[in-house]
Amino acid sequence: MTDFIDAFKTALGLIATFNPNLVEILILSLKVSLTAVFFASLLGFAVGGALAVYRFPGRGAVSAVLSALMGLPPVVAGLGVYLLLSNVGPLGVLQLLYTPTAMIIAQVVLVTPIIGSLTRQACEDLLEEYDEQLRSLGASSGDIVVTLLWDCRYRLITAVLAGFGRAIAEVGAVMIVGGNIDHVTRTMTTAIALETSKGNIALALALGIVLLSIAFAVNAALIGVQRLANRFAYA
Amino acid sequence: MLDPTSSLEALDGRLASLPLPVEIRGLVYEAGSKRVIDGIDLTINNHRVSAIMGPNGAGKSVLLRLMHGLITPTKGEILWAGRRMCRLTARRQAMVFQRPVLLRRSVAANVSHALGLRGVVRGERAIRVDEALKLAGLQGHASTPARVLSGGEQQRLCLARALSLEPDILFLDEPTSSLDPASTLAIERLVLDAQHRGIKVILVTHDVGQARRLAHDIIFLHHGRVVEHQDAESFFAQPQSEGARAFLSGGLVL
Repeated sequence: MTDFIDAFKTALGLIATFNPNLVEILILSLKVSLTAVFFASLLGFAVGGALAVYRFPGRGAVSAVLSALMGLPPVVAGLGVYLLLSNVGPLGVLQLLYTPTAMIIAQVVLVTPIIGSLTRQACEDLLEEYDEQLRSLGASSGDIVVTLLWDCRYRLITAVLAGFGRAIAEVGAVMIVGGNIDHVTRTMTTAIALETSKGNIALALALGIVLLSIAFAVNAALIGVQRLANRFAYA
Repeated sequence: MLDPTSSLEALDGRLASLPLPVEIRGLVYEAGSKRVIDGIDLTINNHRVSAIMGPNGAGKSVLLRLMHGLITPTKGEILWAGRRMCRLTARRQAMVFQRPVLLRRSVAANVSHALGLRGVVRGERAIRVDEALKLAGLQGHASTPARVLSGGEQQRLCLARALSLEPDILFLDEPTSSLDPASTLAIERLVLDAQHRGIKVILVTHDVGQARRLAHDIIFLHHGRVVEHQDAESFFAQPQSEGARAFLSGGLVL
C-alpha cells in the first residue's frame, strides 16, 4: 500500500514540476486528438447535415451504418488504417505508418461517425420544425443544411466535445498505427499502458490523473454549453 | 412597400401586377388512401382578404399548402393569372404558420435570414429589418433571442418577416388560434394594413368573428370540397349550405 502512496506522491510531483517527459506526451496527445477532432468535425457536420436534408436511395442504410460505427472498437479502426498505410497497403507509398499523421487519420476514422451521427440527429429534429417555413421562404436544400447546422450550434458543440472525449481516451488505434515510439508517437494512453506493464506506476498514475482531469473538464464544458443554450432558449 | 404613405398610383400599379385570378381546377390531394382534397374547382379574383373556413379536417390547411406549393397535388392544377407556379411566382408569396416558426437566432437575424434566402442584398437587408421590426413593434428587441419572446410577439415577428419579403400573396394558416385577444388584434391590424398596401391575403381561420372582421369573401370547405364560396356579407347573412349554417350557428359540424 505504501508503494502506491509513494507512487501517488511522485505522480503529483511530476505534474507539479511540469516534468518534461510528461509535458511532451501531453502535448502530442492534445495535438493528435485536437487535429483529428477538427477534421472529423468538418466531415461530420457535412455528412450529418446532408443526411438530414437530402433524400436519396440508401439514405437510411447510410445513416444506420454511421450510427453503428459510433461503437467502432478503436483497435479495429487502428487495424483498418494500419492495413491502408502499411508498406503493402494502397497508401503505403506515403510512408505514414508510425507517424502522428497516421494517428490523426485513425482518430478521424474513429470520431467522424460520432460527430456525424449526432449532427444528423440534431439536424433532423430541427428540420421537422423548420422544413415548411424554410421551403416557404424559398430555401434550397443547401440553404437548409447551412441554416440547420448554425441553428444546431449548441448541440454540435456537445457532439464535438463527445468526439474529443472519445479521441483523447482511446488507446487501441493510436497504439497500432503510432507504435508508441518514445518522443515520436507516445500519447498519454499508450504511455500509461506501457509504464504500467513496466512497473513504473508513478508516471502512469501522473498521466492517468491528467487524463481524468481532461475528461472532467470536457464534461464541465458540456454542462456549461447546455446551460448557455437553455438560457437563450436555443436548445 | 412598408411605407404607408406610398402614393396611390404606386398602389394601382401594384394591384395590376398581382398574379390574379387564382384558378384551381379539379384539385385532388390524397394522403395515403385518404382524399384530403376531393376535387376542388375555385376561382379567387379580388385584391382583398379571402377566408377559408370549415371544420377540422376539412382540408383548409392542405389547400393553403397546395396553393403555396409546399405540397404537390395528386391531380388537378392551380393557375396564377393563367400560369402554373414556378420558382418566380413562389418568390412572390409568403406564408405564416399556425405555430410561429422562428430560428434559434436574434429577432433581427430571423428577418435578415429570410431576406437573404430571397436574395435581398446585404445593404438593403438592414433597412428592411428595421422596417419589419418597427411594423411588429419589436424595435427594442432586435438582438433578443427570438424564442424568448411571448407567443403573441413571436407571431407578430413571423408576420412582419413575411411582409418584409414584400409578397404579392400572403397565406395565413390560423395565425391567431393560440393567441389572446390583444395579440389577435395586433395581428389583424397588420393583416388589414397589408391588404391596404395591395397584398392579396388568403387566410385560414376557425374564428367566425375574425372572418367577419377581415374577410371580403368566404370559401367554406367540408370533407375536402368547396361547399360554398361567396362574399362575406351574404355568407354570414344567408349561408346556402347546411354545413355552413350549422358551423355559423355554433352547431357541431361533423
